[in-house]
Amino acid sequence: MDPQSSSSAASKRFATRAIHVGAEPDPRTGAVIPPLVLASTFVQQVAGEWGEYDYTRSGNPTRHNVELTLASLENGTHALAFSSGMAATHAATMLLENGDHIVAGTDIYGGTYRLLHKITNRAGVTVTLAPTTDLSALRAAMTPRTRLVWLETPGNPLLTISDIAACAEIAHQHGALLAVDNTFATPVLTQPLTLGADIVMHSATKYLGGHSDLLGGALIVKSSSLRDRLYFIQNATGAVLSPFESYLLARGLKTLDLRVRHQCQTALELARRLQVDPRVQHVIYPGLPDHPHAALAQRQLTGGAGAIVTLEVHGGVSRAKRMVETTRLFRLAVSLGAVESLIEQPALMSHASYAAADRARYGITDGLVRLSVGLEHVDDLWEDLDQAIGH
Amino acid sequence: MSSKPTTSNGQDLPFSRAGGPGASTLAVHAGEARQKVGDSITDAIFCASTYTFANTQAVIDYIQQKQPREEYGRYGNPSQRVVERKLAALEGGEAALLFSSGMSALVGLLMTLMNSGDEVIFFDECYHRSREFCTKHLSRFGVVTHQVRACDYAAMEAAVTPRTRLLVSESPTNPHLSVVDLQKFAAIGKRHGVATLIDATLASPYNLRPIQYGVDYVLHSATKYLGGHNDLLAGVLIATQEKLEPIDKLRGIMGAINSPHNIYLLERGLKTFELRMQRHNANGQALAEFLDRHPRVEKVYYPGLPSHPYYDVARETMSGFGGLVTFLVRNADWQATAAIVDRMQLARIAPSLGGVETLIEQPLVMSYFEATPQDRQKWGIHDNMIRVACGIENTEDLLADFEQALRP
Repeated sequence: MDPQSSSSAASKRFATRAIHVGAEPDPRTGAVIPPLVLASTFVQQVAGEWGEYDYTRSGNPTRHNVELTLASLENGTHALAFSSGMAATHAATMLLENGDHIVAGTDIYGGTYRLLHKITNRAGVTVTLAPTTDLSALRAAMTPRTRLVWLETPGNPLLTISDIAACAEIAHQHGALLAVDNTFATPVLTQPLTLGADIVMHSATKYLGGHSDLLGGALIVKSSSLRDRLYFIQNATGAVLSPFESYLLARGLKTLDLRVRHQCQTALELARRLQVDPRVQHVIYPGLPDHPHAALAQRQLTGGAGAIVTLEVHGGVSRAKRMVETTRLFRLAVSLGAVESLIEQPALMSHASYAAADRARYGITDGLVRLSVGLEHVDDLWEDLDQAIGH
Repeated sequence: MSSKPTTSNGQDLPFSRAGGPGASTLAVHAGEARQKVGDSITDAIFCASTYTFANTQAVIDYIQQKQPREEYGRYGNPSQRVVERKLAALEGGEAALLFSSGMSALVGLLMTLMNSGDEVIFFDECYHRSREFCTKHLSRFGVVTHQVRACDYAAMEAAVTPRTRLLVSESPTNPHLSVVDLQKFAAIGKRHGVATLIDATLASPYNLRPIQYGVDYVLHSATKYLGGHNDLLAGVLIATQEKLEPIDKLRGIMGAINSPHNIYLLERGLKTFELRMQRHNANGQALAEFLDRHPRVEKVYYPGLPSHPYYDVARETMSGFGGLVTFLVRNADWQATAAIVDRMQLARIAPSLGGVETLIEQPLVMSYFEATPQDRQKWGIHDNMIRVACGIENTEDLLADFEQALRP
């Protein structure tokens, strides 16, 4: 390591840190890209006295490098990289004990909903869903045993915006931690730790990796004691990011700033065109002035309102189904945040694991269509949506 | 064997917008099968060294060219064909051949075209290893290399003889960034029935597409802007399918094939090609203008500056001027120049260019340390010359690094 140049990169702007923090040239060979270390185990000098690395579940140089980058981009002090977003979320919930209580938002990923209701509950941890966009509802849901508030902003799939600073204040008043799933915003647009959150979670599979070719998750924190507790859980349970994926993730992060900004611009333009299109019933995009949380979105999402657009077309479920099945550039697939544009129907795909009653209660209608806007030219994407919506 | 160069004009894409698909749409989708192995969204990596045949008849069908398919890794692999189609589409060319490095692509072309007694003419501002291969190695097989001053079209035409087979130039050249008038260059070849090659590595197909001007072969060190992450080596030739076919055959014999793992990284790098190039161009232009105003800088070589001798040609033919900036330090010997290079914090001292990380080098030290002062003078390699390959970092951070390094 070269601490001097490392600290000099740490003081730079976002795009520069994405390239240089955690990417010190290899001191032995000069390789401008640090070597990818695949080793499962590391040779020790003395029995019982451990070197910097001992076993890849406990630590790996390639994973460590990308953790440094992630911590820097989220303005945190430490990051832990996991084998998937769900593994990261699961690790955060393992901070809790029998009898503890979680308050989670109502506009959250179906997989998180499933984990809280079908896995975490088995350990005697109770869960209440409350709209984190409504601060009085959040306050009302807090109990003396609430240890964790979990929210996504923008929410998935309704793109609601929760006020991170206000939610952090409520959580802290009740002695709970605030964890923010920052997957949709990315640190390019929002840095929740700066706004008072205690834990940032990412499905790194999405914008951070950005190329639809890796699964990964991350937890980023700003306190070393919280890092130590989460590291203990990660090391004990073992859902670590592999060295290959760590390398691909680090490589993807180098273009994160360019990708997200470009994707936001394209998404805004598509949302505007969809909004005035008579075939479209309604469009949800936090960058549109009629979004219910437009003012908060403008304050909290800096430099763009994200690259997910949710909409409903006239003609109900059957028209929505036809739309997602006839786009050509937007491919029908779950996931989001990559260079390729994707389209899906949340009720049938990303949020199928919700109880049907909860989907109805929280506004995830069967006709909802979710777009993940990639890097293609805006006019190519518009042409594709136009023909798929049909007449 | 019966393999044919991979062709693409981007028309296999699933739409037909007037004016054709945008560069980024091509970069993300061109050349890829719509439905891939296992319905995966991204291309699979085929690590196989060899490919199995179902039965003897399948082998015979393959030999008789009834069934195009893979045979043995040295003749190609599925990942390579995807990237070749993508690169051909980005270049606006018919077909592409991928090699293990830029040099192996050049050698593949020269070994195909040149016979004993044949001649090749270079503009003299060129990558020193290209020159070295011709003068030290091709010469052993009786091939004669002529060098004429860069962008001196009359001198190049005057050097053509009945044995001339190939005219070669880079554009922009390295490290002087002279920009070739491709119409004039291609016209010399057409008039004399001689093939033309442009190494457009420093421009990338985002900024320049030489085939539009009638150039026969385009070469890229794909290690640079195309891969873009300083983590792979690759080379590519783009031309018509007919022109590439004999080179493809020779590649299969020489074995300078790219590896499937490496090709995957190249394909992945290409997805952000347009975004990266826009930032490389912006950083290059900003740095050139900053240096141009700086009192410690004697001269800046950058085609995007009005003071550059080829500014007009560049503006007419290029949509951006790239991330490479060369400059001379005022009143500095080579050691004083080296001191500036050594003071850089963000920029790393290394050869190469076109990656996300900014790199810096002093050509005298990095590439011409062993050359005689006379040769260096002839090639325009000045003691006080610094070459910067701008990455895609934040522009202000980049300029701040030069500001501190140039502080007296």
